[in-house]
Amino acid sequence: MDVLGDFWTYVTTGDNWSGRNGIVTLTWAHVRLSFWATFTAALLALPPAVVLGHLHRGGLVAVSLVNLGRAVPSFGVIALVLPFSIEWGFGLGYWPTFVALVLLGIPPIFTNSYTGVRGVDPGIVESARGMGMTSRELVLAVEVPNAMPLVITGVRISAVQIVATATLGALVGFQCLGTLVVQGIAQFDDGKLVTGAVFVAAMAIIVEIGFGLLQRFVTPWAARARSRRSRRVDTVDAIT
Amino acid sequence: MSSRTTQVLANGPDSFVWWDWVDRNRDVIWERTLDHLRLTAASVAIGFVIALALAALSLRFRRLYAPITWVTGVLYTIPSLALFGLLIPITGLGFRSALIALVSYTLLILVRNIVEGVDGVPDSVKEAADGMGFTRWRRFVLVDLALATPTIVAGLRVASVTVVGLVTVTALIGEGGLGVLILDGLRRLFPTPIVVGTALSVLLALALDLVFLAVERALTPWTRRKATL
Repeated sequence: MDVLGDFWTYVTTGDNWSGRNGIVTLTWAHVRLSFWATFTAALLALPPAVVLGHLHRGGLVAVSLVNLGRAVPSFGVIALVLPFSIEWGFGLGYWPTFVALVLLGIPPIFTNSYTGVRGVDPGIVESARGMGMTSRELVLAVEVPNAMPLVITGVRISAVQIVATATLGALVGFQCLGTLVVQGIAQFDDGKLVTGAVFVAAMAIIVEIGFGLLQRFVTPWAARARSRRSRRVDTVDAIT
Repeated sequence: MSSRTTQVLANGPDSFVWWDWVDRNRDVIWERTLDHLRLTAASVAIGFVIALALAALSLRFRRLYAPITWVTGVLYTIPSLALFGLLIPITGLGFRSALIALVSYTLLILVRNIVEGVDGVPDSVKEAADGMGFTRWRRFVLVDLALATPTIVAGLRVASVTVVGLVTVTALIGEGGLGVLILDGLRRLFPTPIVVGTALSVLLALALDLVFLAVERALTPWTRRKATL
């Protein structure tokens, strides 16, 4: 097909890989921003989620946050951050995209971690207390490890969403893989367009699979329990 | 451009929301909202029909469930702008590409909720229906699907709220309803249309959520009667 030909021509042209607007630079910028945005979102969302989950408080916050996160269009968030960024001297590009992505990344991490910590089997919590654990020990040695599968699920959903939305950063002047898509559309350059799309799609899928493997590795007991039941994709568990 | 945030009440071209603009563009805003609703409704409706077929297949032939969720899962993971990008060379800029991409995002959620909803129907009920001489097809529609309504509607709610958000992105390929306002504001660095587009998109999502809640209540009167039994 013509599309495949255009794609092939674009990726096999050496010039398209190097330089300021080359695939290498754009991919690296995309990865770096996504990583820091996910990291920052986790840093901001995890402590309150763990504390509130431990105290069994704030269920309403968790539910509202996830509903709000789903209802607010990410395109709107990126666009809304831009005027503030310019006003406060952070300019175009990196910073408005970063802030928008962090905001979008918080709800899944918060809600999943909160649900995980809060949902730890009360029997386990009781016995930990019976063994004389302090609250601090209980949280760090019992509740957080037990909540780990859901914590990672939350981070995974955020990371995938952040990688996806970083693409839209191209619209506020952030040079990333989305730049190829946006320029491809504007210049009627199918090769460029499809190359950007394929790379972004591949990155999102790699992140999704990577976190799945991480989950297996960090919490082998959960993977065992899951394979004993039916094998199901648990992507939706989290966003539901 | 001095401190815009302190000028919220100033109500000029420099204030965060310039109400004059909103007032003057009422027709455009209304038109965009309708477009938005149209694209959302079409996507969710078509997605629901396809999901019903896929779910029926999965329930009839259990082996197909894993590959179906896998494929729809991959579709769900592909970022919206990337999916539009992949479709543009094939189906062109505009409605068709937007619709195909949006439909593909609803599938995972809907198929999963239909299958799990039907799985959740107690076996005793299914056996009773079989015993009453229901054919397989009649039982599927009148018993399995009917009793799975709460789970199915929950899926429709999530799917429609998700699609409302994604429709804004289709502005980049020449569709987009309220996304057109956002894009317009972005290009001119004029916050008012961005705020209006985003706020209306959120309101639309919440409104659809409420509509589906009402539909669920109307379709499942037995869930409310339980309390008095």
